[in-house]
Amino acid sequence: MKRRLHLGVRARLAGVTLLTMLALSACAQHAQSALHPAGPVSQAELGLMGFGFWIMLGVFVVVVAVLGYSLVRFRERRGDQGLPPQVEGNHRLEIAWTLIPIVLLALLIVPTFRATFALAQQQRGPGVVQVTVVGHQWWWEFDYPQLGIVTADEMHIPAGERVQLTLRSADVLHSFWVPALAGKEDTVPGQSNTMYLEAARPGLYPGQCAEFCGVSHSEMRFDVIAQTPSAFAAWVQARQHPDSTPATAQAVQGEKVFAQYGCGSCHTIDGTQFQGKVGPNLSGLGTRLTLAGASLQNTPKDLRLWVSDAHKIMPSTVMPNFSTMSSSDLHALSAYLEGLK
Amino acid sequence: MAAAAERIGGLARGEDRSASAVWSWLTTVDHKRIGILYLFSSMIFFLFGGLEAFLMRLQLMRPDAHVVSFALFNQLFTMHGLTMIFLAVMPMSVGFINYMVPLLIGARDVAFPRLNALSFWLFLAGGLVLNSSWLLGGAPNAGWYNYAPINTGAVVHGVSLNPGSDTLGIDFYVIGLQLAGIGTLLSGINFVVTIINMRAPGMTPMRLPLFVWASLITSLIIVFAFPPFTINLVLLMIDRMFGTGFFDPARGGNALLWQQLFWVFGHPEVYILIMPAFGMISEVIPTFSRKPLFGYSSMVFALVVIAFMSFMVWSHHMFTVGMGPVVNSIFAATSMAIAVPTGVKIFNWLATMWGGRIRFTTSMLYAVAFIVCFVIGGMSGVMLAVPPADYQFNDSYFLVAHIHYVLIGGALMALFAAAYYWLPKITGRLLNERLGRWNFWLVFIGFNVTFFPMHFLGLMGMPRRVATYPANLGLGFWNTVSTVGVFILTAGIVVFLYNLKRSAQHGELAGPDPWDGRTLEWSLPSPVPEYNFAEIPLVRDRDPLFAEKVHGNGRLVPAQIAEAHAAEEHASAHPAGIHVPNPTILPFVVAVALTVTAFAAIFRVWPLAILGLLAAFFAIFRLMYDHDPGHYVQPEEGAR
Repeated sequence: MKRRLHLGVRARLAGVTLLTMLALSACAQHAQSALHPAGPVSQAELGLMGFGFWIMLGVFVVVVAVLGYSLVRFRERRGDQGLPPQVEGNHRLEIAWTLIPIVLLALLIVPTFRATFALAQQQRGPGVVQVTVVGHQWWWEFDYPQLGIVTADEMHIPAGERVQLTLRSADVLHSFWVPALAGKEDTVPGQSNTMYLEAARPGLYPGQCAEFCGVSHSEMRFDVIAQTPSAFAAWVQARQHPDSTPATAQAVQGEKVFAQYGCGSCHTIDGTQFQGKVGPNLSGLGTRLTLAGASLQNTPKDLRLWVSDAHKIMPSTVMPNFSTMSSSDLHALSAYLEGLK
Repeated sequence: MAAAAERIGGLARGEDRSASAVWSWLTTVDHKRIGILYLFSSMIFFLFGGLEAFLMRLQLMRPDAHVVSFALFNQLFTMHGLTMIFLAVMPMSVGFINYMVPLLIGARDVAFPRLNALSFWLFLAGGLVLNSSWLLGGAPNAGWYNYAPINTGAVVHGVSLNPGSDTLGIDFYVIGLQLAGIGTLLSGINFVVTIINMRAPGMTPMRLPLFVWASLITSLIIVFAFPPFTINLVLLMIDRMFGTGFFDPARGGNALLWQQLFWVFGHPEVYILIMPAFGMISEVIPTFSRKPLFGYSSMVFALVVIAFMSFMVWSHHMFTVGMGPVVNSIFAATSMAIAVPTGVKIFNWLATMWGGRIRFTTSMLYAVAFIVCFVIGGMSGVMLAVPPADYQFNDSYFLVAHIHYVLIGGALMALFAAAYYWLPKITGRLLNERLGRWNFWLVFIGFNVTFFPMHFLGLMGMPRRVATYPANLGLGFWNTVSTVGVFILTAGIVVFLYNLKRSAQHGELAGPDPWDGRTLEWSLPSPVPEYNFAEIPLVRDRDPLFAEKVHGNGRLVPAQIAEAHAAEEHASAHPAGIHVPNPTILPFVVAVALTVTAFAAIFRVWPLAILGLLAAFFAIFRLMYDHDPGHYVQPEEGAR
């Protein structure tokens, strides 16, 4: 039921080659790790994490060595008489262990300042892809204002290019975190934050909301799919010209079910009369890897499970449980939605 | 513990033998009995907080687990944080401060004994109100820092911001913490005044034991840090109860306002938790190294600098909220700078041991463990102060590891050290050292096995506050290790509880000075009589008792009290004995009245809330204008 992340080869994922997927499955365990950076931003962050760590390790070794020596050398032994020398202090030593940490921290602060300012740069320009990330309870919306694309749960970006993000929230605080590509930035209601990221190589980078945002916070995941520029262009082309026409009789029936149950009052499907804005935009749902805040794999079975029992997957979600929907309606609905290209 | 408390109860009852034991505890104004009340109730809350943590670790032991529901998990981590910070570690420190500070400065009580009782009862009322939420519809569920706007429970576009959890839980947070907060604030004021005004002759500021300095600084931080938090709570209360929108952007409010005010309080709060620990360690290490504290003046100076700087670093909790590189850089610099005075303390403790004659009592083992664990917590603290690194660390399990290395590895290890060091003074009986060693090694190993892997989990991409995690992220192994650690840690705590119980009944009698101590409290009988000092001592050295052992006859010299005060202050000069305040039920009445108000406000029964407030005000006026003539106690024969 829970997603088995990108181990299976999913032919529907346009533009991501078989080779990439195999490469990914090899390092699936580290896909969400800050220790395996896949871009310059996370690389810079790891560099500073490491620099801080080595300086601190040096301090730790000194402290533990002095401590260990004292504990062994100065422990009370049988037959010890009288008092040890009652030393009350030593100004030279005290000044030394005030100044040495200052020097160490000065070493750390210089690259800290540089990186803090470098990572805050705005990436603006004609060729820079801009994405507006909107946190919702409990899914991610990705808008491409220059390209006229609105999607959910997976963010497509061109590999090897800096992508500028604008972060907003529809409800409460969330935090956008793709450890392999970049550290966090919060989405704050009533405020726009910015950050940029870049994937050095095509691949699939899982991310997750990192700021507690309500009952199903732990299910608020997403994927960043970095593609070669040409594959990204193909994805853009496909999204700009969505195919929302049901292709089979069952899918035609599914569209009716979609209308009958009022799904369109919350969900948008581009090129149809369904223009709801509460839930995720479902255009091209059939091309996505995951469902429901990336908490489920996008299979017809899991889609039906989601529609009929969403609250089992994601307690307290706004999505109602359509538990009374008949099996044939469910199958028709999943055929319709999985057919959206 | 209970038996020991009873012994001291007997002492305090003194002339009124008809009063029941319960009544005597409800009405006590003796700083020592109030200290015991703090220690006992914080211990109970600590066990509750531990149980909450235990359930969370069971849930997180394996991926995709369903030991508890998401909604319950969120209540567990919220209540765990609140309980451990506000109801366990802080009041445990306050308990030792209460019992020990007057003894350490040569005083017979605190400056305001009745206010002291009121502080305790308000703390307990706040804790009980907060925990009663479990039985009254659900506990608060938005984290101990309770960020806005989820905490407002406001409805946006027809949907609640805290969907599925629109209980009154966060009202219990808002009201319970206000109650407890008043108690803490009053306690802070009381100890500032006590330490400044009640010192024995010769106990100059630069002769104060480090624990007293730490208590003074902690109290000052409390006085300055709690008001912003109270303001936050009041704003949130009227947001929730009267429909304003201070924290709700949909109604023109600002979600980050809560965070700013919270951390203006919240970071100093961290130092409220750790400062008393610094003080305890600074008493334990010299005693068991048989040397004076190394670099006393620089230790005091470091405490003052840390306290001052603790108010200038709060935004390092908010590097990812979008404050921009200038603000982030400034707070990075101040946060790193605080490591300098902290480092001074560490090296001074090491230098105190250096050249000494170290006795490895359980207390000393905990002090050594404190240094190791606190240094690890401090190191990860410096790493967190680097904003670009923090973008990865923040809100991940790395942070969970960090805070626990500071709060368990730091504060709790020091509290254990203090317990083995000072409980014999309080109960009159030594804790068993063999059980102490079991207790220590289980806690030390269990703690590290539990929390060290959390550094890895954070780096591997595990955010904090997630109720579960998918199997494919590879987080299962270290989570399992961490949960195994909790079992070991729990065993250690159980051994401690057994040791407490067993030693209170059968422990070796401690006598006045079991550790060859250096400070004033070891000149007194264990347990300490109601009036503390039969004769107020003259302090002639920074380690007053030690100095008398080396240069005198091992006994403190009574102070030469000025003639004018002799009749009042000097026991032997007064035929009736030593003047001590009378017990009073009024502080307890105030707390009960405010508890009624608290529940009435939570359930929006406004007439009852007003009635409760009026009753509380009436009792407070009685307290203020009711002159207490006090009574006289004869010092026991042979008491010094």
